[in-house]
Amino acid sequence: MKTERTFLGVPIVKPKVGFFDLSSCEGCQLQMLNNEASLLDFLSLVEIVNFREGMKEKSDDYDIAFVEGSVTRADEEERLKIIRRNAGVVVALGSCACFGGVNQLKNRFNDLEWVKRQVYGDFPIETQEAKPISAFVKVDLEIYGCPIKKEEVEKIVTKLVLGQEITHPNYPVCMECKANENVCLFDLGEPCLGPVTRAGCDSWCPSNRMGCWGCRGPAPAANLKQLEKIAEQKNISKERLLDRLECFGGFGEAAREMRTKVEGGR
Amino acid sequence: MIFKVFQAGEMETLFGLLSVNRIVGPVEKGRDVDGKPLYDFDVVYDFKDLKLDYGQTIHSAKNYFLPYRENLCTFTFDNGDWQKEVDFGADRAHVFFGLHSCDINALNKLDKVLMGNIYPNPFYGAKRSNMFIVGYSCTPTPSCFCHSMGTDSVLHGFDLFLTRMGDEYFAEVQSARAYHILERMETREPTHEDHLHFRKTTSKKRSLFTCEVDTSDLTKILDMEFESEVWEKWGDKCLSCGTCANVCPTCYCYGVEEEVNMDFSHARKVKQLYSCNLVDFAEVAGGHNFRPESSTRLKYRYYHKHRGFVEAYEESLCVGCGRCGNACLADITVPEVIASVREGEK
Ligand code: SF4
Ligand code: SF4
Ligand code: SF4
Ligand code: SF4
Repeated sequence: MKTERTFLGVPIVKPKVGFFDLSSCEGCQLQMLNNEASLLDFLSLVEIVNFREGMKEKSDDYDIAFVEGSVTRADEEERLKIIRRNAGVVVALGSCACFGGVNQLKNRFNDLEWVKRQVYGDFPIETQEAKPISAFVKVDLEIYGCPIKKEEVEKIVTKLVLGQEITHPNYPVCMECKANENVCLFDLGEPCLGPVTRAGCDSWCPSNRMGCWGCRGPAPAANLKQLEKIAEQKNISKERLLDRLECFGGFGEAAREMRTKVEGGR
Repeated sequence: MIFKVFQAGEMETLFGLLSVNRIVGPVEKGRDVDGKPLYDFDVVYDFKDLKLDYGQTIHSAKNYFLPYRENLCTFTFDNGDWQKEVDFGADRAHVFFGLHSCDINALNKLDKVLMGNIYPNPFYGAKRSNMFIVGYSCTPTPSCFCHSMGTDSVLHGFDLFLTRMGDEYFAEVQSARAYHILERMETREPTHEDHLHFRKTTSKKRSLFTCEVDTSDLTKILDMEFESEVWEKWGDKCLSCGTCANVCPTCYCYGVEEEVNMDFSHARKVKQLYSCNLVDFAEVAGGHNFRPESSTRLKYRYYHKHRGFVEAYEESLCVGCGRCGNACLADITVPEVIASVREGEK
């Protein structure tokens, strides 16, 4: 029996949600289960009807679909379209779903057949270019991160259920990093994508003395030209910078342009 | 003002006397690639960790009186009823040990903005009145330009100000609290010699500045150069990252966000320090952005510090601490920006 909840006197409907995974490590879904302290609260907010990582039952009756992973096979394309038909709201969960994620690294190779042979040897599987889910269906909301930050998802889902506006920070990671009073990685001789990457992770990596890899994709005012200059000035090679810019797919076109410039300059 | 002199060795006694409260002071946070120490303010438990001869810290100490994030109020919902709880966050006193004159002047400026108007900010005020400040005379670093901003000495807003003179400290005593603490240490009255020594020390300090900002007629010049193309040049470099505002001792702009607990039992209004360089700083309801270009945003940061504030308070909101320039990855520094605006004068 669902007991009806209210907030400020207004009845709040408990939406049915499903978690789905395409090509991914399922780490984002695992994040959702990770913090037992708040799991029960999360379950009081939504009714989970589909969650392979956490339950056996399955249902096609859901309002919100959280889709983790990128599309790398034709059958995933089909599954995704069915999910889109079933759900009122489709949420791209994590950087694979938003940008292609680590999976899209293979797109850099011109010969996908060669990639397949290298990776799978005598056990070839069907695989195509890794793409974000927005390449196939309309996406209503993107939640960035590799992995996603559970606290952020909880905040977003609460707003979704309450019908409040959902906004992402438009400033880069540096803003959070400075508020955490970290020593800047550049001062320590390390590269960091913090100046160009969208915040929201509370500067997860720099707070642990690791430079940002840009998993949340570009901040709206990302100044990549200046970042290139900074790296040059600090003797950080273009290749090291590109390693990071290409890693999660968020910097897509800009990273490809920089790559072309680097290879062309050789 | 009352002056005292004490032996350098007594400094640890002073630290001990003050350590009944939480002491915040400069500590070493690590070393940069060139082996240069990096300093920041932190809670100090051991006198040995207090690095009084720090050049400049990366951040100001503002997190202790103007936190980057702060709960403005908490709502509790219960059975159709609700309650509001406000906590000014001044649960304990802080001793600031080793603030330079720039940072104490910064506090005095914040006082004017946050406490000197008809709606004083109780969150700031509660913390501000719950602090004890030991000022410490500095040696200018290559990026310090406080002498240009008139903040290389400080006249009020502290309890005690210490200047190293050989093996001794010259103490300026501003408060009764400080006076009574010094009574518990070994001090002596300064002689005329000491006064001269003090004046020589401060004039020596003044001669050590290598960085300068010409502030004469600056408000007018900024008005004349509103359309100058130099703003584009700096805007092209700017990362819109907000680092300059976060490290600045006088930047106080903020945004407020509401958060509801997942079980709907509580909600909070949370304040977060913001920066005028961030892309959506001037975005209003409906989505219009009054300053979509980084050059305009950067320009307005300078206009607030060096023009608007000066017209309102007859002093600049910049104390010349150099932190924003040190921390800016794009190498945007106040002296260079102002010099570029004034270019062609000489
Ligand atoms: S460590 Fe990275 S995120 Fe932090 S301030 Fe430096 S560049 Fe920005
Ligand atoms: S610091 Fe960068 S790489 Fe690390 S979690 Fe945040 S956005 Fe991702
Ligand atoms: S001036 Fe420098 S520190 Fe400030 S927002 Fe621009 S790049 Fe960041
Ligand atoms: S604007 Fe820069 S130099 Fe001036 S007070 Fe702020 S951080 Fe210091």
